[in-house]
Amino acid sequence: MSTNATADATGVDTPDGIQNAQAPTQPAGPLSTEGLVQLLTPSGERVHDERYDGLVAHLDADALRAMYRDMVLVRRFDNEATSLQRQGELALFAQSLGQEAAQIGSGYALGPLDHVFPSYREHGVAHVRGLELTDLLRLFRGVDHGGWDPADHGFHLYTLVIGSHTLHATGYAMGVQRDGAVGTGDPTRDAAVVTYFGDGATAQGDVSEALTFAAVNEAPIVFFCQNNQWAISESTTHQARVPIANRAPGVGIPAVRVDGNDVLATYAVTQEALQRARSGGGPSFIEAFTYRMGAHTTSDDPSRYRSAEQEEYWRQRDPIDRLRRYLESVGELPATFLEQLDAEGEALGEHVRTTVRGMGRPSPASMFEHVYATPHSVVESERAWFQTYESSFLEHGHHGEGSHR
Amino acid sequence: MSTTTTAAAPAVQVPTGTQRLTFAKAINLGLRRALADDDKTLLMGEDIGKLGGVFRVTDGLQAEFGAKRVVDTPLAESGIVGTAIGLALRGYRPVCEIQFDGFVFPAFDQITTQLSKMHYRSRGRLTLPVVIRVPYGGGIGAIEHHSESPEALFAHTAGLRVVTPSSPAQAYAMIQEAVASPDPVMFFEPKGRYWEKGDVDLDAPAGNGLDGARIVRAGTDVTLVAYGPTVQTALKAAETAAAEGTSIEVVDLRALSPLDTATVAASVQRTGRCVVVHEAPVLYGTGAEVAARITEECFYHLQAPVLRVGGFHAPYPVAKIEHDYLPSVDRVLDAVDRSLAF
Repeated sequence: MSTNATADATGVDTPDGIQNAQAPTQPAGPLSTEGLVQLLTPSGERVHDERYDGLVAHLDADALRAMYRDMVLVRRFDNEATSLQRQGELALFAQSLGQEAAQIGSGYALGPLDHVFPSYREHGVAHVRGLELTDLLRLFRGVDHGGWDPADHGFHLYTLVIGSHTLHATGYAMGVQRDGAVGTGDPTRDAAVVTYFGDGATAQGDVSEALTFAAVNEAPIVFFCQNNQWAISESTTHQARVPIANRAPGVGIPAVRVDGNDVLATYAVTQEALQRARSGGGPSFIEAFTYRMGAHTTSDDPSRYRSAEQEEYWRQRDPIDRLRRYLESVGELPATFLEQLDAEGEALGEHVRTTVRGMGRPSPASMFEHVYATPHSVVESERAWFQTYESSFLEHGHHGEGSHR
Repeated sequence: MSTTTTAAAPAVQVPTGTQRLTFAKAINLGLRRALADDDKTLLMGEDIGKLGGVFRVTDGLQAEFGAKRVVDTPLAESGIVGTAIGLALRGYRPVCEIQFDGFVFPAFDQITTQLSKMHYRSRGRLTLPVVIRVPYGGGIGAIEHHSESPEALFAHTAGLRVVTPSSPAQAYAMIQEAVASPDPVMFFEPKGRYWEKGDVDLDAPAGNGLDGARIVRAGTDVTLVAYGPTVQTALKAAETAAAEGTSIEVVDLRALSPLDTATVAASVQRTGRCVVVHEAPVLYGTGAEVAARITEECFYHLQAPVLRVGGFHAPYPVAKIEHDYLPSVDRVLDAVDRSLAF
């Protein structure tokens, strides 16, 4: 990225040459905001949409306030976790900052029988699914590689290898199909799968294979891509020349691009895709166009690769502010609600801090547990050796470097 | 998927008794039994349906169990294993066929970063009973990428069980054990032996487990450790050596993970000499692991260093010279002679 890079309508830098090299007849690039489904403008005005209005008509002020509340609480969680990392309490943290509307909106569309395969930044979806948010931090604290039971809330473990889980989601959906839990018309039976991934993941072969397997099997799955414009330091322009969503129709999967900072619109398009999946209509692809307002993780330094102007541009398009402005404009955000939400946020912050600090160190020998589901003689002999070695120390549990015997 | 069969298909003629079968047919009948016993068992792979697989190992199974249970997948190995993981998470028991050893690598990421670790990272909450069948090894005059032996790469990965049968009877029993295992199993099939015949007791109950080496020929002078395709090579070498007055004990490892050091060590403590034979390159191979462990366990019993016979540190060569690369009876006997002369 050069310092004199041009900016397109979204205020995003484009690499040198790319824009100039594009003939006017070529499709718009991957950062285009053309054709995004939008029900709320950044200033909080309700936009009417013939196709999607019906899918949000039942969302009354209470429902919208609930969404607002969840977005605010998840952001509070995000900030607390970031602070805890800075205090040395977490090894690492990946914020969902800026992606709350995409996650809360799509999460609200999910039903209890649906199953989610997240990447590692879907704290908002996890929250809506009912997970204890602090369980997400077990991984970042370094006390667990997982942290929760996927069966409890239909929310699979986080996956760190980019895009791998989209295949697991597709296979799971093929299982749902074989179980006869698709297209029965019985809402207590029909289920779907949603998998979340980013713009960077779409460059992975596994995502391409997942789309292919889902398409040929007509699997009940929704591919939910949060295009947050950044894969660590690489702009989406390094992953694609055309909008990410354009990939899906090539394998026969219908796709929609949605304003990912609009909680109503992400809810609506996800609801539509889930209904298609559950009713036997096969897979769908959603590209939620949003912005990673924070760093990739706490180890990252975005100031090295993107401008303060760009960050400010998107700060003005904050997904939480958008819903707040709308609720204010219709007089549905009373001070009592906001005061109560403040108090809830404070309580959540305290809960996160206390819980994380209380997460104990696993026993060293626990590294040998659950390597296999059935006994494995090599693991057993190494475990036995390790325990003998540990007990050879004079002071159990307090030995340091070089204190052996 | 256009065709399906129902559970109420006409009664299947299940073969019984002891039959003389090829290696490939033994696996076929083992898979058939696994499919018949549990309707959650699925087969997935490229060309395994109407064609019956390029080696015909799944011949007739799609016609019998339907295209939703014997699935012709897109041509994408990572996709096969990745979706098998998802199906297993939903309660199915997928058996994946990788068409040839050299094509397992597109799936290597899914196998090593996902399949092998899911049970561990979920702290035992999730199990992935997935079997990955890989025809491996050379000697069939094939072109590039069709004759390799990548088993050590998987045995090096915690969370996977890695097994390889050496006879039709073993293959019939072990494929059923692999399907029944709650752990992911890499099932390496010695493709050069697919057409060799042996007696298989089709009524034998599975249940001897996947672990544990077995002594396939008793002897007193040298222990030959082999697995998969080289067990027959080792047995032929032992026969030749016997005519020359040398008594060779042959151990078939059966499983590379877990490695049954105890059985090998007990044998070497009797013979004092050990030669390991495999088609895979010796550098960082199974033989290196066996040699290290035998040195630890049998140091004062050893009359000679543990020797290895296997592939060289070169890509698998062209077919016209592959028999100079593969461990032949002569190369095994050469190592036996060196061990005895030490």
